[in-house]
Amino acid sequence: MEATSSVQASPQLGRRRFNFDRVIAIALIAPSLLAIAVFVYFFIAQTAYVSLVRWNDLLPDYTFVGLRNYDKLFQIERFQADMSNTLKFTVVFIFICLAVGLLLANLLDQKIKGEAIFRNIFMFPLAISFIVTGVAWRWLLTPSSGVNLIGSAIGIVDMKNPPGWFTDPKIGILAVAIAAVWQTSGYVMAMYLAGLRSIPDEIKEAARIDGATEWQLFRQITLPLLQPITLSAVIILGHISLKIFDLTKSMTGPGAGFSTDVPALFMFETTFSGSHFSQGAAIAMVLLVVVSVLIIPYLIYNFRSEVRS
Amino acid sequence: MSVVPYEQTRRRRITPGRVVTYAVLVGFSIFYLIPVYVLVVTSLKSFREVSLDRMWNLPQSFSLDSFRDAWFGNEETSVSGLASSFWNSIVLTVPAALISAAVGSINGYVLTKWKFRGADVVFPLILFGMFIPYQSILIPLVQLMQNLHLYGSLWGLIFVHVIYGIPITTLIFRNYYAGVPTELIEAGRIDGAGIIGIYRYILFPISLPGFIVVLIWQFTSVWNEFLFAVVLVNTPSSQPITVALNNLAGSFSVAWNVQMAGALLAALPTLVVYIFLGRYFLRGLLAGSVKG
Amino acid sequence: MQKHNRSVMTLVALFAMITMVLSACDNNSTSSNATTSNTPAAAKTPAAANTPAAANTQAASNSNGSAATGKLEMFSWWTTGGESAGLKAMYKLYSKDRPNVEIVNQAVAGAAGSDAKAVLKSRMLGGDPPDSFQVHMGHELLDGYVAAGQVEPLDELYKSEGFDKAFPQGVLDIVSGNGHYWSVPVNIHRANVLWYNKKVFTDNGLTAPVTFDDFFKAADVLKAKGITPLALGDKVPFASAHLFETVLVGTLGAEAYKGLWDGKTKWDGPQVTQALNNFKKMLGYINSDHAALTWDQANDMLIAGKAGMTIMGDWVDADYKAKAFTDYGWTTSPGTKGLYDALSDTFALPKGAKNKENALAWLKLAGSQAGQDAFNPLKGSIPARIDAGKGDYDAYLLSAIADWKKDTIVPSVVHGAAAKDGWATAYTDSVNSFVTSLDVDKTQKALVQAAADNMTSK
Repeated sequence: MEATSSVQASPQLGRRRFNFDRVIAIALIAPSLLAIAVFVYFFIAQTAYVSLVRWNDLLPDYTFVGLRNYDKLFQIERFQADMSNTLKFTVVFIFICLAVGLLLANLLDQKIKGEAIFRNIFMFPLAISFIVTGVAWRWLLTPSSGVNLIGSAIGIVDMKNPPGWFTDPKIGILAVAIAAVWQTSGYVMAMYLAGLRSIPDEIKEAARIDGATEWQLFRQITLPLLQPITLSAVIILGHISLKIFDLTKSMTGPGAGFSTDVPALFMFETTFSGSHFSQGAAIAMVLLVVVSVLIIPYLIYNFRSEVRS
Repeated sequence: MSVVPYEQTRRRRITPGRVVTYAVLVGFSIFYLIPVYVLVVTSLKSFREVSLDRMWNLPQSFSLDSFRDAWFGNEETSVSGLASSFWNSIVLTVPAALISAAVGSINGYVLTKWKFRGADVVFPLILFGMFIPYQSILIPLVQLMQNLHLYGSLWGLIFVHVIYGIPITTLIFRNYYAGVPTELIEAGRIDGAGIIGIYRYILFPISLPGFIVVLIWQFTSVWNEFLFAVVLVNTPSSQPITVALNNLAGSFSVAWNVQMAGALLAALPTLVVYIFLGRYFLRGLLAGSVKG
Repeated sequence: MQKHNRSVMTLVALFAMITMVLSACDNNSTSSNATTSNTPAAAKTPAAANTPAAANTQAASNSNGSAATGKLEMFSWWTTGGESAGLKAMYKLYSKDRPNVEIVNQAVAGAAGSDAKAVLKSRMLGGDPPDSFQVHMGHELLDGYVAAGQVEPLDELYKSEGFDKAFPQGVLDIVSGNGHYWSVPVNIHRANVLWYNKKVFTDNGLTAPVTFDDFFKAADVLKAKGITPLALGDKVPFASAHLFETVLVGTLGAEAYKGLWDGKTKWDGPQVTQALNNFKKMLGYINSDHAALTWDQANDMLIAGKAGMTIMGDWVDADYKAKAFTDYGWTTSPGTKGLYDALSDTFALPKGAKNKENALAWLKLAGSQAGQDAFNPLKGSIPARIDAGKGDYDAYLLSAIADWKKDTIVPSVVHGAAAKDGWATAYTDSVNSFVTSLDVDKTQKALVQAAADNMTSK
């Protein structure tokens, strides 16, 4: 936008050149646009189509069956377990990540000695693959070992009947959430820290001079100013948790009684192990819709506020 | 600047609050470092020493056997080593990151300095591509790669990563170039430079930080990626390290000291990048969240 | 500047080209799908389908092995001790004959091959098949890759190698479909085996249970002593599905069980309800950490004397051997005396295998007496050939070889023989949900639905 307006002010001579450049500009970006159109939108349309046909064997069968695959999907116990797991996972994961991230960011914002070291410790898991995280946490949360041993050493865990973590059908998915928090909470901390640092010291100083306590400062100035960041974090974490796949795949698999199963894993298995392509496509579309409900308003919001500014 | 004396007086005091702050920070540090401790300690143990009951114990004798097995493999216990897949991951990651950065830079340039009609609509549409669950494009993708004869090859995977990297790389460069004053571009135009010339002589030379951010971001995410890799490239001879590690760890016959050593090896390159270039990594990370 | 312009333009042009090619190819995808769907029809015409295979078999048997070069890419899920050792023993034999062929061992880990099957499927779907692959005999292959026209018929090989005489009729029936042979069975496994720790049994005055009543009586005795009666490791859900399969066989008997898979037995009948109730009762005797363990870790409980029994396929025998445990006994799982719940690992030849001739040589070896007797003692399975069985077979395997000759054979569902993949996974999923829900009604409905879905679309 800025470019357009500025260019219009330039001399007549440049105008032809400018128009030519505009053609080049479009040509430069066209391949990417085309790629996105095909690989994102056209493919989604294709998946949607597959989800409406009867391709539930190795051999493609494009007989149209309407919403039958969806109808069946929602009746399958495994998928019901997946939905409930995803919900539990999302709530716990987002909540803990936000809490931990906010806490750590605020602590680190206190002119801490060795801040960089702490920050790096909190954030290095972000650089690691979920597969690695899964391998490590699988052993840490194995009932007969890992954290249960520590718990037993300090007397809060009875090793004869230890917490089952991811093997406990009731809390299985929450154990996976612990590993996910380990990996992702540093991200939220970084976001909050960036937000805190962007709050001008003058504002806080003025409040302090007015006699505000640190807690009032936090509640009435810092938190409201961090609200947009919280919103971003919820969206980002939410879409990570809805899409989670690698971590459960490497850490637990679907689990006994599907205690740690998630839709993405079900989709992968039913498509590539069970040859239920249409069912897999239906799961994928459900996932996409849920993610879109989260993401599209966010994108529109961002886009609108950008135009306004 | 009245802040300075205030801070100085604060800093000198050791209040209980300060102590609690540090205690909490140290406590969380332990939480984040626990898996590292277990990974390192276990992978330094010999097979005989590995036991679930003694997970936390330091190794009694220092042994690199598990690293050797995880890297080279072990014929006897039929462990296949990660060495070749480590190399595959490098062959995959480096070109994917480079091409992605080039594409992202061009897109970011056009979207900030040569906005066309509808650019503001197109951009969110591009961005949406980075949020979709990739399951929703997986079936057609496999079919297409099959038809292109790119299925099962690292080239195909590079191609896929470049395509699905377009949203994030474009976003990062767009944010970066948005910070470049339009006056610079205008000056270039007045000097008679065209779209390419302005990019070449004005923007590109100051793009290094943007390139570093994108390169690191793409390097890390492609290195760590699993779903595309496991679906598109699954022959053991060409599979990337995440897939190989998952297979190594999924095999219950493989002793877990070897699994842990394998996990460390797989994490090493991105960790090294993080340790040395963490600043830039962070920028890429925040670009994905803070508004586009 | 000029130079840079050009390079940027080249890049752009290249990219534009790629994208255009892409979109063009995408249009093709529909048409090539149509081609694929025609192939099975073509395969049904024996002449058309057989000619290339025949020509190659000829070439394979005529060519001098030592002159053969290239690769042999072998796909399997044999990564653990005995299995992998058996496979390597066959590789060794193969290399003796064809020293210049590089064997590429594509073994993908994952219990019961569930991960491997996913990998194989995506490779086959992606048009990048290995030269030969491991597949369970029966519907896993017939309703899967055979129906999709992705494997070559092996009639010529069966004739030239005399396989059609070497395997028992029961096996020939299962590996054939549409009037063709589709894979070469290398072994036979038994699913319905109950293993017990001898010392635990003698200490508690128990004998090997035969019926469900026997089993529950023994289980009560062990439970009272604080010993886990039945060790289960269903971290990978196939294990619980496997257990329920043996309960189905034991509750319904051979005919009714077989009828489940061809529509003659109703899934909503009282017998299935009874089986689910038996299964539910059994689940009251398992270790509490079953969901944390894999089948072989559950086996460790039995070895350590922490558990009295486990019900698992006879690959357990090889696991004991590898762990140097000898104090174990075996019997048929409750209610299955005289029944042989069988599965078999076979090798098939994918269409478009890159080293077809080497693959055919591999199949010859896999079906040969020498190959089977090299493989099976290590793998802990019995040979599929009638004339094989001379080798280092242990006591269990000798007893299984004897049973194989006289017992009634029923096909395993979890291990691919009874139903196609889609059905088997739906079945496994239902059972896996049952393990935590213990809801007989709901699970039976799910099983009925799975049968309805998969029988109609056959």
